[in-house]
Amino acid sequence: MTTLHIDHTSRWFGNVVAVNDITMNITPGVTGLLGPNGAGKSTLIHMMGGFLAPSTGSVTLDGAPIWRNESAYRQIGLVPEREGMYDFLDGAEFVLANAELHGLPDPGAAAQRALATVEMEYAQDRRISTYSKGMRQRVKMASALVHDPSVLLLDEPFNGMDPRQRMHLMDLLRRMGEEGRTVLFSSHILEEVEQLASHIEVIVAGRHAASGNFRKIRRLMTDRPHRYLVRSSDDRTLAAALIADPSTAGIEVDLSEAALRIQAVDFNRFTELLPRVARDHGIRLLTVSPSDESLESVFSYLVAA
Amino acid sequence: MYNPTVARLTYRALLGRRRALLLCALPVLLLIVAGVVRAMVGADDAVTAELLGGFALATMVPLIGVIAGTGAIGPEIDDGSVVYLLSKPLKRPTIIITKLFVAVGVSILFSALPTLLAGFILNGNSQQLAVAYTFAAVVASIAYSAVFLLLGTVSRHAVVIGLVYALIWEALFGSLVAGARTLSVQQWSLSLAEEIAGDGLISSDVGVPVAVVLLVAVTVGGTWWAGQKLRTLTLAAEG
Repeated sequence: MTTLHIDHTSRWFGNVVAVNDITMNITPGVTGLLGPNGAGKSTLIHMMGGFLAPSTGSVTLDGAPIWRNESAYRQIGLVPEREGMYDFLDGAEFVLANAELHGLPDPGAAAQRALATVEMEYAQDRRISTYSKGMRQRVKMASALVHDPSVLLLDEPFNGMDPRQRMHLMDLLRRMGEEGRTVLFSSHILEEVEQLASHIEVIVAGRHAASGNFRKIRRLMTDRPHRYLVRSSDDRTLAAALIADPSTAGIEVDLSEAALRIQAVDFNRFTELLPRVARDHGIRLLTVSPSDESLESVFSYLVAA
Repeated sequence: MYNPTVARLTYRALLGRRRALLLCALPVLLLIVAGVVRAMVGADDAVTAELLGGFALATMVPLIGVIAGTGAIGPEIDDGSVVYLLSKPLKRPTIIITKLFVAVGVSILFSALPTLLAGFILNGNSQQLAVAYTFAAVVASIAYSAVFLLLGTVSRHAVVIGLVYALIWEALFGSLVAGARTLSVQQWSLSLAEEIAGDGLISSDVGVPVAVVLLVAVTVGGTWWAGQKLRTLTLAAEG
């Protein structure tokens, strides 16, 4: 059982704070590191992988610091986001080289086992330069698994994968988690994290915004005030009827847009209320559009909360 | 201190198609010129010294050193694949020393060996010229490899800086400014060649003890520094 401890860790680059006083423990099972692009996920993963020193605080693996500690790599398997990976080798040579670099007693067998785990045996004799994005990702996975690590760190592993490859990798990571490994992957897509991670850590603008299982995160995200832009055949009647219900916190008549701007506090109730009220009053709804559904605004709400 | 897997990866990257062609170009040119000169002027010690000193040692050896030294690590750091070496329970100095061995080996193969062959073609090693310049080329290959390996570790513009050093500092300033010659790998290695060759054919501005001390200092210091640099190599974070 291996646990990664991140303790009051910050990292800045010049004047820019990329990671701001984050404390979290990554325990066995699959953890998703969720946050919009540029939130500091990669910086955090680089620190967990020993490729970046924390400016303050500590990042440790079962108590041992990871920075400048090569022996930590006996337990860590790393799947980097970047594509550079000795393209002149074929897949089998690449994984074998990784096994040898780990100093494994039987690198050939370990490499074959890892290639079988990611189901890449069929293309192992082809040069990596001829691989598709998904194949590269799988060979990277094989190279990270070759020494049977207890910790697996993956930086945006699903980027650029097609749905089938994505599903395959998800199955693989789920299995790794069930085997008791500590698996951490980063993503900026909620659905991805939701499908795979038993535990989610949300990072926004370098800060630790939320933590919990996907139900908790989902609830946090849906319980926030929602804003809608609504156009109808009779805006003012609709507004009067809606404001009477406690699920609505405020309504503005936007004359320039010829629309209503509605702020709802109870997402589920409001989504039932709006069509019902419209029907009861014989009002036709012309436009109903959420005006702050971007991931960034969802995340920034979480940070403010 | 030496890892065969790191060495294999480095060799294969260095001797990949395009770079191998680049590495072959200068030695082939040297051998052709040596053959033509021998055919036209016959065996001549002064001409031999001029060609081996002016072309082989002053131009070819540092250029091959730039290609081998920076090429042994620079591209890996640029494209991020070095992460596969660094995320292993391997001492960072082991990685650097292995790469230094490979760079030195490649440099000697593509610069010292052709120098020896050219020397024999030009005057059949009369006055020990071929051996003297080959020895200088071997020594210079080691020092250049260490310097350019360090450069490849600390800068993304290692090749440009290396070329500027090799062509402008060693070749141009060296012939114009006396002081520049004291700080020149080429002059240090020449002072050793001077000891081997017949009288008056090779001259260096640097004494042998100074040359030896500087060569060792540059090689050891450069390698140590590169190892330190690799220990704290920060891979560019994307987000």
